[in-house]
Amino acid sequence: MSNMNLTLKIWRQAGPQDKGQLVTYRVTDISPDMSFLEMLDVLNEELNAKGEEPIAFDSDCREGICGMCGLMISGHAHGPEKTTTCQLHMRSFKDGETITVEPWRAEAFPIVRDLVVDRGAFDRIIQSGGFISANTGAAPDAHAAPVPKDKADRAFMAAECIGCGACVAACPNASGMLFMGAKITHLGELPQGQPERDARVVSMVNQHDHEGFGGCTNIGECSTACPKGIPQDVISQLNKDLRTAMKNGR
Amino acid sequence: MTDKTTDSGSGSTAASMFNGMYTEGARIHDQKAPDGPIEKKWTRRKFEAALVNPANRRKMSVIIVGTGLAGGAAAATLGEAGYHVKSFCFQDSPRRAHSIAAQGGINAAKNYKEDGDSIQRLFYDTVKGGDYRSREDNVYRLAEVSANIIDQCVAQGVPFAREYGGLLDNRSFGGVQVSRTFYARGQTGQQLLIGAYQALERQVGAGTVEQFTRHEMLEVIVDGEGEDRRARGIIARDLVTGEIQTHLADAVVLASGGYGNVFFLSTNAMGSNVTASWRAHRKGAYMANPCYTQIHPTCIPVSGEHQSKLTLMSESLRNDGRIWVPKNREDCDKDPRQIKEEDRDYYLERIYPAFGNLVPRDIASRQAKNVCDEGRGVGPVVGDFRRGVYLDFADAIKRLGRAAVEEKYGNLFDMYARITGENPYETPMRIYPAVHYVMGGLWVDYDLSSSIPGLFVAGEANFSDHGANRLGASALMQGLADGYFVLPNTIRDYLAKVPTSDLTEDSPAVVEARQAVAERTERFLAINGDRSVDSFHRELGNIMWEYCGMERSEEGLLKAIDLIRGLRDEFWRNVRVLGAADTLNQSLEKAGRVADFLELGELMCIDALHRRESCGGHFRAESQTEDGEALRHDDEFAYVAAWEFTPPSGEQEGVGAGMGAPVLHKEDLVYEFIELKQRSYK
Repeated sequence: MSNMNLTLKIWRQAGPQDKGQLVTYRVTDISPDMSFLEMLDVLNEELNAKGEEPIAFDSDCREGICGMCGLMISGHAHGPEKTTTCQLHMRSFKDGETITVEPWRAEAFPIVRDLVVDRGAFDRIIQSGGFISANTGAAPDAHAAPVPKDKADRAFMAAECIGCGACVAACPNASGMLFMGAKITHLGELPQGQPERDARVVSMVNQHDHEGFGGCTNIGECSTACPKGIPQDVISQLNKDLRTAMKNGR
Repeated sequence: MTDKTTDSGSGSTAASMFNGMYTEGARIHDQKAPDGPIEKKWTRRKFEAALVNPANRRKMSVIIVGTGLAGGAAAATLGEAGYHVKSFCFQDSPRRAHSIAAQGGINAAKNYKEDGDSIQRLFYDTVKGGDYRSREDNVYRLAEVSANIIDQCVAQGVPFAREYGGLLDNRSFGGVQVSRTFYARGQTGQQLLIGAYQALERQVGAGTVEQFTRHEMLEVIVDGEGEDRRARGIIARDLVTGEIQTHLADAVVLASGGYGNVFFLSTNAMGSNVTASWRAHRKGAYMANPCYTQIHPTCIPVSGEHQSKLTLMSESLRNDGRIWVPKNREDCDKDPRQIKEEDRDYYLERIYPAFGNLVPRDIASRQAKNVCDEGRGVGPVVGDFRRGVYLDFADAIKRLGRAAVEEKYGNLFDMYARITGENPYETPMRIYPAVHYVMGGLWVDYDLSSSIPGLFVAGEANFSDHGANRLGASALMQGLADGYFVLPNTIRDYLAKVPTSDLTEDSPAVVEARQAVAERTERFLAINGDRSVDSFHRELGNIMWEYCGMERSEEGLLKAIDLIRGLRDEFWRNVRVLGAADTLNQSLEKAGRVADFLELGELMCIDALHRRESCGGHFRAESQTEDGEALRHDDEFAYVAAWEFTPPSGEQEGVGAGMGAPVLHKEDLVYEFIELKQRSYK
């Protein structure tokens, strides 16, 4: 595959209160082996050389696990492949293509600058109950409570969530329920997670709604966009746990 | 901490040899580890450490910089204990810290397999693996608390791999002979970090921890002089608003990770940096063994000049993959499947018949470099030669079947395919070593206190446990040991005794620190030169990789020091940082980090230059056996090199003035419980 020339329409916004707009840039001689973010690095070096301020975007580990990066690429969260933006490579695009690049779009994720958003709402949902209360030093031996393998595997599957927010960005309702359902399922499958199970789901749902995320209407864009393939049934689990908690008088 | 006797020892000849590159100061030694049998020391220290009454804890404040395994665990634990904690990270959430990227596993002396493991054996393996350059007391304690870590993590809901009976599974890792590694597929770091993160967020919700995300520590506040000086807080920049903030506290903990990004290309995250440690170093904290770098053999090779970082693949791949290069240079650009068996050089199997492809990381890395330097590397030409060797699974697929290989390594093969666009089931993978971890870091005593009282250092940011080479699955163990179990027990001794402070935002020490940050920020924006921050960083990385990477020599290191000084000088004249100080400005953030790397790089080279022996990850060309293996010199170099910062002299003052000749303080390594041996893998 030979190198490419591309047209980029990128969202620029100076600050949270400023008006933003799509700005058109052209990049040339882009190697198909570059990652999408490396392509943006190249553009930023060119902008800097011309005296224009580089485009702000988030990334850290660049190996698909920290969850810091995340862009809407031509309308798809993390772009055309099922992966994180940092693991998307330019070989997924064609020479001459026009690519639109926007930040995550959701009321609960306000824009900080350009392509950077504030995902603090996710931290606050975890603060409200996304944990098992086990103070340091108070733990019994690790083998004290065996976990059946099917439950351990399902807990692990749900625990793979990287908190990137693609589910919210992809959802027409900007719902955070896949993120929340993943945590509810992870902790709810384990014996250690049982004592707080009812309280956890009620607190987390309250915080989720308070942050301005929408409700789930079973569209499934979240799971499709999720780079870790968290299945939609974690939302069913969330609803089931919520119903049980309500029945138990929470 | 430092004793008063001045050294008149052997190092002075080397000192004069390098023409005033450094000077030698008083020897130091750890004064916190109690005497007596090694297995009783930690219990004794915990008993002797003073207590803080629960009612007094909420009046005491601790700042923790970094939210990885060490920082996150420490913040959660101190919050649970009732202290007032302020937790800082530069990322948008504590959960992004780079501990998250660790794949393989975490060691613990649980002996669940009944295969002969014990605290004693984990202690021994770690000291040997570190090539006898770590402190016995610290390593023993690490092995001792390792079992508690697993209990703690399971209680938090960390989903470790389990067997069908519901009990935890273990695997053997990194060439050790017992199965003591706990894991969660290839995402162990992620699961452990999320466990610590959730414990931390619980304390944020409970109000004991205040969380400052997108905040970067840019200066430590040190009050007082000499023996009475104490760390009393930090200056941080709010990366969103640009506000320069003062945060005062009774103690400061740096858990800010390693500095592998001084090489520009590494497996570290883009934001990983040395700034917190380096600012503390400039204020008097000693930097220990900065040249000890771990270069991991199984990373995906560089594909071109655009490369921004390197990706590691778990070294478990070496269990079944065979490493080779063509015997003849003419074959290097051929399709590897067309190269006949007799024209292949399985060089690790040839040189090390006993260990073959499973030799330790440092050896596998150096041999890959050697064959590529000979012109027998494969893959694209980067710079002026091919930087890659084959890791071939054809035999394993023949022997085990494709399904079995997929079951074991499927996620790694997928990752490789996604990054390179090649199918590793059909054509051999290409791998090349990459900088992965640094064993060096700020000097700490047994209590994890730096040489500035009140400034503690935990996790990869300190130097304490891995000696000159870290074993696989030991970084996660050390981070969590420091954060959950060591620091919370030792810092209370300090907090119980620290005099109350009348320091305010207007005190001279605070004003001076804040002004220094403001001046530096203004300078970056005012230079308005021709070159981007990244271009300087990339050039520094090339110098470090070439001369202070897998093989170091006196000639190369002297050249590197010259080049770094020149580059640093140009940086402060010619860097271009656009934008403003009062908004999110990622170029400005990077400029500060690269400015510090430009000083650290020089110190790493000086450290590498003075250590005229090969040990662990530090290979000196002048110190090898007849067959080209590393040769240690225990008679001369069985010590920790702790470096003290010296400000530049004469006319060079103020922002960007660089550094004077550092002062070397030696801490002798005394081996009471383990006998020193030369490593051999032949």
